[in-house]
Amino acid sequence: MPVFETLSLASLPAADEAIRPAIRAIAAEAAAAAGTAQRARSWQGYDAAFSRRLGEAGFLGLTLPRRYGGHERGPFARFVVVEELLAVGAPVAAHWIADRQSAPLILNFGDEAQRDHYLPRIARGEIFFCIGMSEPGSGSDLASVRTRAVRTATGWRVNGQKIWTSGAAHCDYMIALLRTSGSPEDRHAGLSQLIIDLKAPGVTIRPIRDLSGDAHFAEVFFEDVDLPDGALIGNEGEGWKQVTAELAFERSGPERIYSSVVLLDAWIRHLQGIGRQDAATLALVGDFTARLGVLRAMSIACTARLAAGESPVTEASLVKDLGTAFEQQLPALIGDDLAAHPDEAIDTELYRTLLYVTHVAPSFSLRGGTREILRGIIARGMGLR
Amino acid sequence: MNEFLEPFERMIADLSPPATVRAIEAGESADALWNGIAGSGFLDALVPEDRGGAGLPLAEVCALWQALGRHAVPLPVGETMIARALLPDAPEGPIALATVGAAGETIVPFGRVARDILLETPRGLHRITADGEPIGAFGSTALRVRADPGDATVPAPAGGLRAIAAILRAALIAGAADRLTAMTAVYANERIQFGKPIGKQQALQQQMAVMAEDMVACRIASQIGCAGGLPPGLAAAATAKSIASSAAARLAATAHAVHGAIGISEEFDLQLYTRRLHEWRLADGSETYWNRLLGAARLADDGGSVDYVRAAV
Repeated sequence: MPVFETLSLASLPAADEAIRPAIRAIAAEAAAAAGTAQRARSWQGYDAAFSRRLGEAGFLGLTLPRRYGGHERGPFARFVVVEELLAVGAPVAAHWIADRQSAPLILNFGDEAQRDHYLPRIARGEIFFCIGMSEPGSGSDLASVRTRAVRTATGWRVNGQKIWTSGAAHCDYMIALLRTSGSPEDRHAGLSQLIIDLKAPGVTIRPIRDLSGDAHFAEVFFEDVDLPDGALIGNEGEGWKQVTAELAFERSGPERIYSSVVLLDAWIRHLQGIGRQDAATLALVGDFTARLGVLRAMSIACTARLAAGESPVTEASLVKDLGTAFEQQLPALIGDDLAAHPDEAIDTELYRTLLYVTHVAPSFSLRGGTREILRGIIARGMGLR
Repeated sequence: MNEFLEPFERMIADLSPPATVRAIEAGESADALWNGIAGSGFLDALVPEDRGGAGLPLAEVCALWQALGRHAVPLPVGETMIARALLPDAPEGPIALATVGAAGETIVPFGRVARDILLETPRGLHRITADGEPIGAFGSTALRVRADPGDATVPAPAGGLRAIAAILRAALIAGAADRLTAMTAVYANERIQFGKPIGKQQALQQQMAVMAEDMVACRIASQIGCAGGLPPGLAAAATAKSIASSAAARLAATAHAVHGAIGISEEFDLQLYTRRLHEWRLADGSETYWNRLLGAARLADDGGSVDYVRAAV
């Protein structure tokens, strides 16, 4: 199985570890200002001012070349920064998509004008991006997108609708997967990626409230939205190939293992506070700790493939599936543990955090590729199909 | 990546084919296999160079241990490497590892095919002759040993012999998991039911994907166990054995589910690996044993979980 052989223990280079204290200090400040349940929002927590602060401090666009405002660091440096932010639940949602995948996409497939136009502002934390993938009729079956961009004398005209777009209401731009030729029956052929200015006439954004009361995702409607020629990113008709290349960035990071870690730490502080140390409690804490340690090592192993210049889509799927299963089991098992001790005093903030994470946990294995789709990708990597 | 792995794996593949594994499990002489391995010099892999060994880092030996699991080698090869590193005057033959507490008895993996046992008691490390009662389960080379060996010859390693045995066991599990996953994928592509390979069934693909996840987790966990050299830290050893042990039972179950009845048969090689996964899961502490120790260490730490695993695991 050559596909999985490349996933092997790797360590973070000392030069990248060296940036940890600085990002840690900024993350701690942001965390201190928020309650536990707010920090448990993890990478759904939105704070544009905090994102700009990270940009000013040099923690965005880490992997971009200097001439585009970046810092020419590798994926390991980005791992350190992201890990420190997620470990304490700092509010990173505003810049999250732009920094994680829009910037690498524009760098890899954009032209010089697009790079100059967008990348320095992404690195400064001034502009935010969302990804326009899902549509009412296209979820996991992304190749069936119907929203269409047609050529005009000056560029493109877009009509259609995206849905479940994270952060759309707060973003400046969407990179949308659109049909530029053919029909949904043509599947992957005829899809292209276009950058849409969300302030353009004809764009309507309607936030969707989720079951936790938050409204981080939205419906986005396009009615005769005119885009300039330079909106097309990469090559017309190669949108599917470009989207696939993004997935290794989207699926391999620490955000696929740390979504529940604020809850985990709040629960451990509860146990420490009351001094509960029976065998079942110790075993549960140990189980979580062992799994977290191995998942972290697996995520770093995946990052090492990115650092080696590979696009570890299958490996990232494997880490994401295992990681999100862990993220989802944490609230279930912690809930059982706390409720198995009904006579213990439990902090309201811990209980609120538990309920928030419990309720949003189903999204962990939906966003960024569903569990079932990922397992299909892994099976194909094993030579099945 | 590891210059020693390829020659080592080629050697054990040649010396320890499934027929040899079965014969030794059935009680036939293991001398030829042992002499072949001993002649290669690999048994001194962990012995420091100033004592005439190869002085390989444990992180590299980890891959050799995994290879032993991948080929179901029916002798305590990894154990002997450890014993030779710990004992300046280690005996010549195969050496098993064991730890006994107050009960004064324990079940020793590979005890039936070992000549000596390196035994840890509350008084320290002892070298005893491998005598005891065979477990009697089909194919098992484990031995029930009762021991009251008197004064210890060598102090026990920091953290105890059980932690060292646990990281070896995790590596063996990772190797067997690797082999099982490969065998199961091949079988799923070959076995035709309902007019197509069963590997085309999504229900089966979903299970196999989880199997691959467990397999990779075992590999990484065993590498964590071996990353810091001998003796391992508690958190690293506990993480390695906890993850490998809990995955072992799931891996064996999926391998059997995919293979159907043929996988249960003695003549099919699957059982050589799944029986080992279960025995190794039980040996040197199961996942719950190590989780308790790791949980106590974690609760004694005031920091966050990410910081804890970054520093300790």
